[in-house]
Amino acid sequence: MTAVYIPALIYLAVTMGVMAVILFLSARIGRRRVTREKMLPYECGMDPLGTLEIHFPIKFYVVAMIFIIFDIETVFLYPWAVVFRDLGWFGFVEMLLFTAVILIGLVYLFRKGALEWE
Amino acid sequence: MTEAVTNTGGDWLRLIVGLILVLIFSQLNALFLVWLERKVAGHIQLRYGPMEVGPHGLLQTIVDGIKLVGKELITPFKADKKLFVIAPVLVFMPVLVPFLVLPFGPELIIRDMNVGLLLIFAFSTFSVLAILVGGWASNNKYALLGAIRSVAQNVAYEIPLLLSVMSVVLMVHSFKFSELVMAQQRIWFIFLQPVAAIIYFICATAETNRAPFDIPEAESELVAGFHTEYSGMRFGLFFLAEYTNMFIVCAVATSLFLGGWHGPFGFSLGIPGVVWFLAKTYFLLFVLMWFRWTFPRVRFDQLMNFSWKVLIPLSMLNLLVTALVLKFV
Repeated sequence: MTAVYIPALIYLAVTMGVMAVILFLSARIGRRRVTREKMLPYECGMDPLGTLEIHFPIKFYVVAMIFIIFDIETVFLYPWAVVFRDLGWFGFVEMLLFTAVILIGLVYLFRKGALEWE
Repeated sequence: MTEAVTNTGGDWLRLIVGLILVLIFSQLNALFLVWLERKVAGHIQLRYGPMEVGPHGLLQTIVDGIKLVGKELITPFKADKKLFVIAPVLVFMPVLVPFLVLPFGPELIIRDMNVGLLLIFAFSTFSVLAILVGGWASNNKYALLGAIRSVAQNVAYEIPLLLSVMSVVLMVHSFKFSELVMAQQRIWFIFLQPVAAIIYFICATAETNRAPFDIPEAESELVAGFHTEYSGMRFGLFFLAEYTNMFIVCAVATSLFLGGWHGPFGFSLGIPGVVWFLAKTYFLLFVLMWFRWTFPRVRFDQLMNFSWKVLIPLSMLNLLVTALVLKFV
């Protein structure tokens, strides 16, 4: 059964090989001269200011968490979509309830302001 | 070609010939698309674009590619060396796998897997990971900000993308590309699922980080976003992957909504399926480039709100309506 996916692995392997060749060629042909300015982080030509320990908004974490919930929803919906015809009305109502729960969650998120970017 | 050749499990010859063709095609496609992008940009701005190398600058990108190979591979002092080197590999690694299942023509599918569509989505999500790794490892403010934005954007637009595609899957009951395309012999799904088609195309634009959703690499604020620190062929791999991904999303759009290798309303007009397929795909690619010079870049909060507050509820609604209609028909 898993033999079906072997072609995908072969493609991955070949792509890796091609990339190895490209990067090897590039490393060999390209010249290499290390200077301090070149190896500094690029900040429009100036010496970099401060450190990289920047704070990014907590919203990004919230988005990641919400994403997981919705992604799992879609994962559940995909098998349902394929066998939809065989499930009949039972399958339809079940999925309606499932989607309704998720949608209520989405409305709750709106109300809480979890998706507000200021 | 017979059915047996198309669908046998152990047809290694097909696989290897396909692999060679895909390697050649993906490189040519990227070269052509970069040229087309510059030409389209030029003509929309009443310029000519590249004209010097080859007829109408057609060989310009080949020269650029050779130049890129000869460039130095810079690794900044404070970068996380391992991750910095891995990121371009990670971004390019999965881009050829979707070609396994893309239906170029009735007999031109390398391996018609029954999880075809899922395979493409599974591998296309790799690029987000690569962007995060690359941006993080660069030790550059702009690269990090670009990477964070990119991840937030990609995850936000992935959900409506998957949901809009699901309404097509619901109609066909299959992930198999041959069946998805065969179901559109009479009428293309863009006419039956216009909402899903539009949502898909918006999300595909966002997923490939194209304008007006090119916030991860907004050059006026973030230099070049996540690949600011990349040079030479490492940058080249990001670039190649981006253009190959553009082809893949447009090819998926073609086979899901524009009838794949079928002509309009069952008329093939004697033109081979593969020509129809490529014509439609390259038309969509042209539209993507057209977008870039038509719409101004959206702001980040607009971008996120548009996905969570408009696209996701709309695509869920579209899915439920599709299910309901299918129950009554």
